[in-house]
Amino acid sequence: MKIFAVLLLGLAAFAVAPVAVDRYYVTLLIPFFAYAIALLGLNLLFGYGGLLSFGHSLFLALGAYVAALVTGTWGIRYFEIVILLAVGTSAIVAVPLGAICVRRSKIFFGMLTLAFGMLFHSFLFKFYALTGGDEGMPVRRPALFGQTFTSLDQVQFITGPFYYYCLVLTLAAGFLMWKLVNSPFGLHLKAARDNEQKAEYVGVATRKVRLVAFIVSAVYCSIGGAILGVNTGLADPEIAYWTQSGNLVFMTVLGGFGNFLGPPIGAFAFILLQDYLASNIQYWRFVLGALLAVFVVVLPQGISGLATRLLQTKSRTHNKMQEAEI
Amino acid sequence: MSVLLETKEVSKSYGSYQVLRDISIVISEGEFISVVGPNGAGKTTLVNVLTGLAPPSSGSVLFKGSDVSYFGPVQLAKMGMARAFQLVHVFPELTVGETIAVAALSKSERNWNLWRSARSFNDVEDRVKDVARIFGLQRKLHTIAGQLSQGEKKLLDVASAFALKPDVILLDEPTSGVSTADKHGIMRTLIAAAREAGIGALIQVEHDMDLVSEYSDRVVAIFGGKILADKPPNEFFADPHLIETVVGKAPGSQTCW
Repeated sequence: MKIFAVLLLGLAAFAVAPVAVDRYYVTLLIPFFAYAIALLGLNLLFGYGGLLSFGHSLFLALGAYVAALVTGTWGIRYFEIVILLAVGTSAIVAVPLGAICVRRSKIFFGMLTLAFGMLFHSFLFKFYALTGGDEGMPVRRPALFGQTFTSLDQVQFITGPFYYYCLVLTLAAGFLMWKLVNSPFGLHLKAARDNEQKAEYVGVATRKVRLVAFIVSAVYCSIGGAILGVNTGLADPEIAYWTQSGNLVFMTVLGGFGNFLGPPIGAFAFILLQDYLASNIQYWRFVLGALLAVFVVVLPQGISGLATRLLQTKSRTHNKMQEAEI
Repeated sequence: MSVLLETKEVSKSYGSYQVLRDISIVISEGEFISVVGPNGAGKTTLVNVLTGLAPPSSGSVLFKGSDVSYFGPVQLAKMGMARAFQLVHVFPELTVGETIAVAALSKSERNWNLWRSARSFNDVEDRVKDVARIFGLQRKLHTIAGQLSQGEKKLLDVASAFALKPDVILLDEPTSGVSTADKHGIMRTLIAAAREAGIGALIQVEHDMDLVSEYSDRVVAIFGGKILADKPPNEFFADPHLIETVVGKAPGSQTCW
């Protein structure tokens, strides 16, 4: 019940944010929604499947470039079509890549994903005629459910209708992922993570289960990428660079991969932290790196792990006090 | 009695090293078989070949009449073969209930249900509770497997194999790492569970000759990768030379080797 209360409170806060919070901070929440969706997907693979990818920025980029292609090159300005095509394209790309990567686990899986991510980055960078090279491709403002919102300027659009669109999309993605991780498939994925050989002997097709997780994570990342593209108005190759994949891993560790809500919490903390550090400290990357090191050593279960521990301690103390009173 | 599992002249080599040579065994429904032999004789390799972990170099393995020589563990599990390992294999971060449910969900072919909660199927939950009760784990259903004692982990490992409702179950030293006092308790639980679950045949690799003599219908002795004997326990233990060759001591004797 406590969790539901916290969730409702959080939802209410997000619902009133565009009218209650400074517009600058509202613009920061769009990348939060994008990364929250991407990380829900990435954590299916990492937290539930035990496979850490260093190349999922590939799928973020795929989503952003599909948004550019659909809204810019083709001139089809419907965000629903962008999402559908991003989902379809990422799934098609993820099938062969996933089939190769899930043959390996641990560091070998990580290295394979990193290699594919770098290949895609090179492709985006070098195939100038197709991708715009280092300049990238512009993403035009799309219509939402057929509504163009021509009376709104870009910031009003982003912090208004697009904000609420992304909020609903994040909630829907979260709901679907919650169903997935609690399904028989989710349980089999966790079994494959914990002990591959044992899982196979109780009928879990470990490679297939991991491949499905890989495809779902790719699809989620591409939706996040499409949102990022619309938010910045640009799909550029930097989004596919390995440091972006590193950021995804950083956010996951920061929030805690052992908890369903950990990665989105990590995305929220990362975006605010990065914004604060980058605008106040010259060597902000140094501080960010040091913070990650501190987190891994002191709080390996991340912010969500700390919150869970505090809640448990509090309820235990409460119970003890009640017992003492009796 | 119909034949469940059969090997026809199975050999297995790793490079130039031949571990199994022309092994032919027929295992019928209702049989409890012990595979014995000294360390390095090829017992675990035989189990690996039978359960799809290592394909035979030559010969064939037939399960319920089909050639399964090159089938993997997942296909064999679907067909009705289960296995528990010598070293304890559990899912350390899953609860006891979830561990048993993994197998029960496979058995009911719900692997690819992506929507419903894994614990919302009444038949699966009944099976989980049933298997946990048989193995005395009903009070631990919500305990994380990694936090169980070694003996409980062993029971859970075997329990999850039983949850598959297999026709044949292969146990590689089911009582290894368990105190001598607990061994008979575990064996009795296993035999009772196998009978209750309607398991067709049980094959165990076992070093403890007291357990072998008490709990098997047939003893298959392997030495140097070959079958040395395939006899009922009374005939096997009546041959001191055979016992000396295979294990070095008779059940109940004080001889150490």
